[in-house]
Amino acid sequence: MSFADWISEPVNWAFLVIGLVVLFAGFRVVTARNVVHAALYLVGALAGTAGLFLLLSAEFVAWVLVFVYIGAVVVLFLFGIMITRAPTGLDETLTPGKWVWPAFLSLAVFVVMAWSSLEAFSSTDVLATGEPTPTEVLGQSLLGRYVIPFEVVSFVLLAALIGGITIARRDLTPVEEEERASV
Amino acid sequence: MVVTQFLVLAAALFSLGVYGLLVRRNIVLILLSLELMLAAVNINLVAFEAMLATTEATGQVFAIFVITVAAAEVGIGLAIVLLIFRNRRSSNIDDLNLMRY
Repeated sequence: MSFADWISEPVNWAFLVIGLVVLFAGFRVVTARNVVHAALYLVGALAGTAGLFLLLSAEFVAWVLVFVYIGAVVVLFLFGIMITRAPTGLDETLTPGKWVWPAFLSLAVFVVMAWSSLEAFSSTDVLATGEPTPTEVLGQSLLGRYVIPFEVVSFVLLAALIGGITIARRDLTPVEEEERASV
Repeated sequence: MVVTQFLVLAAALFSLGVYGLLVRRNIVLILLSLELMLAAVNINLVAFEAMLATTEATGQVFAIFVITVAAAEVGIGLAIVLLIFRNRRSSNIDDLNLMRY
């Protein structure tokens, strides 16, 4: 498929716009000097990802991403930033020489991954577009064939919940413990 | 739409996450970069699902699993960051050199 054919499909314009938004927001996540701004740019990157899922007719996963990530995870991150009093205005000491090697390494990662996926898949692997995947199919699959991974994941979530509470809880000093016991 | 356009975009997002992981010094920001990499993985899973069109929507199911595990990871990770901050008054990863020597 030539580039002219590719760009003539209207859905690819949407892809191009969303993809640029995702890449710009992702770039700002890793370069923004303000910590809170970085967390808010993550919202942009994840919203763009949800848009890509909608293009790929994965409607349920897109909304799960919006609810879980933008609704819960980013809020958790903002709490983490506020509680640890991260230097909100300060620059991240990105002095020259500190970012050159990471940039080189990540560029190498990108080249290897992009090259291998371009080699492995030809441009004839056209994606099926059209009707969104019914949520019923996902539900049948989650509680049918994938019921054991589903239970394992829910157990992981429970363990993480209890572990998070246990780790973040402040231990009482001996004096406080005595006071509590005497009440 | 072809599958490679999504794969290349996901590769770019993943390498941005790698860059952030290496450059950032604040632990919370390192976790943010990790989220970018997980989002890239999810794009790949959903794109392959759209290409293969399995009867059980396997790729989307695994994307949901990745999202769930990522949520658990953020919860635990931020709890650990909170504990470190309470004990050492810092969330800079360069200050955590207690076990280095």
